[in-house]
Amino acid sequence: MIAQGKTNVAARYGMSIDVDRCNGCGACMVACAAENNVPPAANGATERTGLTWIRVYRVDNGGEGNERRSAFVPMLCQHCGKDAPCVAVCPQQAVDVDPATGIVGQMPERCLGCRYCMAACPYHARSFNWSDPAWPAGMEKTLNPDVAPRMRGVVEKCNLCQGRLHTAKAKAAMAGRVEIDPADYVPACVEACPTRAIHFGNLNDAASEVAQESHRKGSFRMLEALHTDPKIYYQSKKDWVRETASAPRPGKENARG
Amino acid sequence: MKLRGPIVFLAGVLVALGAGWAGFPRLIYQTRRQPVDFSHQVHAEKAGAKCEDCHAYRADGSFAGVPALDKCSGCHTAAMGSTVAEKNFIDQYVTPQREPEWLVYARQPENVYFSHITHTKRGNLKCEQCHGNQGASNSLPPYQQDRISGYSRDIWGHAGRPAMTMDACVACHRQSHLEHSCLDCHK
Repeated sequence: MIAQGKTNVAARYGMSIDVDRCNGCGACMVACAAENNVPPAANGATERTGLTWIRVYRVDNGGEGNERRSAFVPMLCQHCGKDAPCVAVCPQQAVDVDPATGIVGQMPERCLGCRYCMAACPYHARSFNWSDPAWPAGMEKTLNPDVAPRMRGVVEKCNLCQGRLHTAKAKAAMAGRVEIDPADYVPACVEACPTRAIHFGNLNDAASEVAQESHRKGSFRMLEALHTDPKIYYQSKKDWVRETASAPRPGKENARG
Repeated sequence: MKLRGPIVFLAGVLVALGAGWAGFPRLIYQTRRQPVDFSHQVHAEKAGAKCEDCHAYRADGSFAGVPALDKCSGCHTAAMGSTVAEKNFIDQYVTPQREPEWLVYARQPENVYFSHITHTKRGNLKCEQCHGNQGASNSLPPYQQDRISGYSRDIWGHAGRPAMTMDACVACHRQSHLEHSCLDCHK
C-alpha cells in the first residue's frame, strides 16, 4: 500500500572543496551557524569550549620569508563511510550513517555527552555543548524552525543541512516526484561561499558536478591513510597542501601545517 | 481469625489498585477544554467534503494545520445555525477577530520533523490512518494534557492505539522498507 514511491537509489551526498579558491572569509561558518541554530559563543569561549560545525583552518608550508605560503581549509564533518570512527565508539547509538544518503547523523536526544566521539574523530569536527544555548535578545526570532536547538551536555556536528533535505523531499512530494531536485538541496555553507569554492551533490550521480570534481587531478581527501572513506573531497594544485592533508610530515608532527 | 491477615492484605491491594487505576490519571493528566465546541461532522457535510478543504497544504508542500480564523469567518460572520456553540464562537472570536487557541492533540516535540505531504501524496496514506475517523465525529474529545511533558494523552490513534508515537512511525517504516534513519524524522 505504501511500498510504492520509496527512494530506491541510494545517494551519497558529499562535497568537493577547492582549497585554492578559499580566501578564508568565514562566510560558510556564519551561514552554517545561522542555518543550524548554533548559538553565538559565550564570553570567554575558546576553541575547545565554543561551538561550530565548520571551521576554516589556516595552514602554511612552514617556509620563512618569501618562501612562506598559506592556504585556508574549511573543515567540517567529513561524513566518513560506514566505518566512521564516531559511529564505532558511540555507546548510545546516537550516531548513524544513513544508508540512503551517506549522511552521518548525530542524535542529540540519544547523546549522553561522554565525548568519546570527539576523541575518536580524527578531523576535530565535533563540538560539545557546555551550556544551554543562549541567544542575544531578539535573535531568537531569527532561529530556523527546521532545525531543533541542542541542549546542554550533548555533542553536535554538521549533518549536511538535513533540514534542507527534508524541505526538498516535501517539495518533491508536492510535485508528485520521489527523487528530489538537486537544486532544492544545497547546504548553507555552499550557498554562502562567495568564491564558489564548495561544490555539493550526489557523488553516486556520475553526471553531477561534485562527482566530476572529486575525480579531477589534484583531488584528495583528509587523512586518507586512516581509511575513513570521507565524502568530503578537497582539491588543490599545490603539492604542499595535498601533503599537509595526507599525513603529518616526518619529524614535524607537532608543527603547524 | 486465621484469615484476617490475608483479608486485610487483599483489601489493601484493592485500595491501592483502585487508587492507581482511577486516581493516577487524574494526577498526571490535566483536562483542558477546547476553546470552541466544534463538530467535524457538521462541517464535513455542509462546508467541505475533504479534509484538505480546511486543513490545507501550502504551495511548497508544508502543512497549514488547523485553519486560521479567516477561514472560519468566511462563512461565520453571522450565525448560520441556531446552536449556542456557534453563537459563542462568533461573539468571542469572529467579531473581536481573536484567533481561537486550539489545543492540538497531535502536537509533536520540537525535534520531530514530519511532512504531511510526503505521507499523503508519496505514501498514499489516508488521513484516517493516523488521525482516526475524526471527520465523522460530532464533538472534540477532552484534551488531557500530561502535566510533566505538556503533550496530549490521546493523540487520536486509530483503533484506540497511539499512532503517532515514535515506535509506531518506525514500525510502519520498517515494515514497508522506508527510510528509518534517525535524521529522517528528527531535526
